[in-house]
Amino acid sequence: MAINKNSNGYTFFFAIVMVVVVGVALAVVSQVLKPLQKENEAIKKKMDILGAIKVEANRGNANELFAQYVTRRVAVDYMGNQVSARKDSINPTDKDDPFNIDVQKDYRTYVKKIVKTNGKNPEALNKALAEAPVNYPVFECNVDGNGKIVYVCPMVGTGLWGPIWGYVALEDDFKTIYGAKFDHKTETPGLGAEINQPGFQDKFVGQELNVSSETMFSVLKGGAPTDVHSVDGITGGTITSKGVDEMLNRTLPVYVKYLQSSNQQRAER
Amino acid sequence: MSTETQTQAPVIEKKSEPLFSKKNRKLLSDPLNDSNPITVQVLGICSALAITVQVQQAVIMSLSVLFVMIGGNAIVSLMRNGIPDRIRIIVQLVVVAALVIIVNEVLKAFLPDISEKLSVFVGLIITNCIIMGRLEAFALGNRVGPSVLDAIGNATGYAWILLVVSLVREVFGSGAISFPGLGQVKFLPDSWFMTAAGEGFYENNNLMILPPMALVVVGVIIWIQRSRNPKLIEEN
Repeated sequence: MAINKNSNGYTFFFAIVMVVVVGVALAVVSQVLKPLQKENEAIKKKMDILGAIKVEANRGNANELFAQYVTRRVAVDYMGNQVSARKDSINPTDKDDPFNIDVQKDYRTYVKKIVKTNGKNPEALNKALAEAPVNYPVFECNVDGNGKIVYVCPMVGTGLWGPIWGYVALEDDFKTIYGAKFDHKTETPGLGAEINQPGFQDKFVGQELNVSSETMFSVLKGGAPTDVHSVDGITGGTITSKGVDEMLNRTLPVYVKYLQSSNQQRAER
Repeated sequence: MSTETQTQAPVIEKKSEPLFSKKNRKLLSDPLNDSNPITVQVLGICSALAITVQVQQAVIMSLSVLFVMIGGNAIVSLMRNGIPDRIRIIVQLVVVAALVIIVNEVLKAFLPDISEKLSVFVGLIITNCIIMGRLEAFALGNRVGPSVLDAIGNATGYAWILLVVSLVREVFGSGAISFPGLGQVKFLPDSWFMTAAGEGFYENNNLMILPPMALVVVGVIIWIQRSRNPKLIEEN
């Protein structure tokens, strides 16, 4: 049986068969590997949270250390009200578990647009952010085993080329920074990419948030800062540094609001 | 789908040729030097600039390209008699894209740290001209055995340039060498490095980390290669 390879019918037949075969193959690969990939992402998140409280974890021991240090997980809304809280081990299918809040996805879907349109108008920005269906997870960590609690606050922003994110750990006076961990997807190596290096992150340790001010913390350009409410940015990484600054000042007020109000409630009780 | 007798293939084949005949061995060795995809054909330069900051990235990238090339060449060669001429480029593209997606998913599942560092560049293997070039120029007209050899040869030719460039860049740019699984090993003592306080005397060359320096290193390799290989010197 001779087939005319150049006929339209054969061309369409070939194309359809090829697309179906490739589609099925890729779907199978994706489904098979998905649990492994999810697990990797969760472990990476745990490593970052542990990094913010200065606990060095690797992919092997992250689960164990996370269970040891993180005592309570809370989700709060933009106004600082508690939405949900979990204490026991993480259930990957529990949508209300604060650990399962995808901060980066929320940022991509809602916050990024809001910041872009209202960036110059703080009031409109506040209003829009309050209306967005975004929750903010807080991780309470028992850092010394004696009940000293440190609060790890995740945040996401935009650098020069792509997303940047960070975890800032606050001490129980709700203003002293216990530790900070930043990372990025595609910042310039040697310049903006330095935000994930100890040289930049260690500068945050011991600094204080200016809780009463609009700008709680600044990443400055040019030289070492003179007060405790700021750190020196990265030379040659100005836009990445600005991204860190923006991310800190947009997100930290939410956490501080929650921490202060929850503390007050505890005191009244 | 493929028929045994071939009538329209651009390259005429001898049926009883052994796999490692002299001609086939040339398929392996030529791309290493005389027809190196990067330094002679100047293909795949984009990825050579982007992922040669660290040796471990270059190693994983080379292995990924090797896998995609062998897979692509073998599959296209097997289907060569069934592929309709008018959509052959699309067919090649789909084959390459599918293989690249598989590589990307596997890296994400088993080597998450390196996958993060390579980021978009694994996906960009699809646009690597070496792969499409070999499919179109070789696999479409040759049997599976020689096609696989051709793929191995070209991927190795690509790989050794990547490894040399990344070695130069990482040693001078970061003062370290990294391998997959071992992480980055610094071989200079920390006390040598210049600090803000003015101690130490050594500083990494940041220019090495930036993409332009990869182009310069590739240029130097081309210079050395051309000065040593008379076949590559053009007469005009």
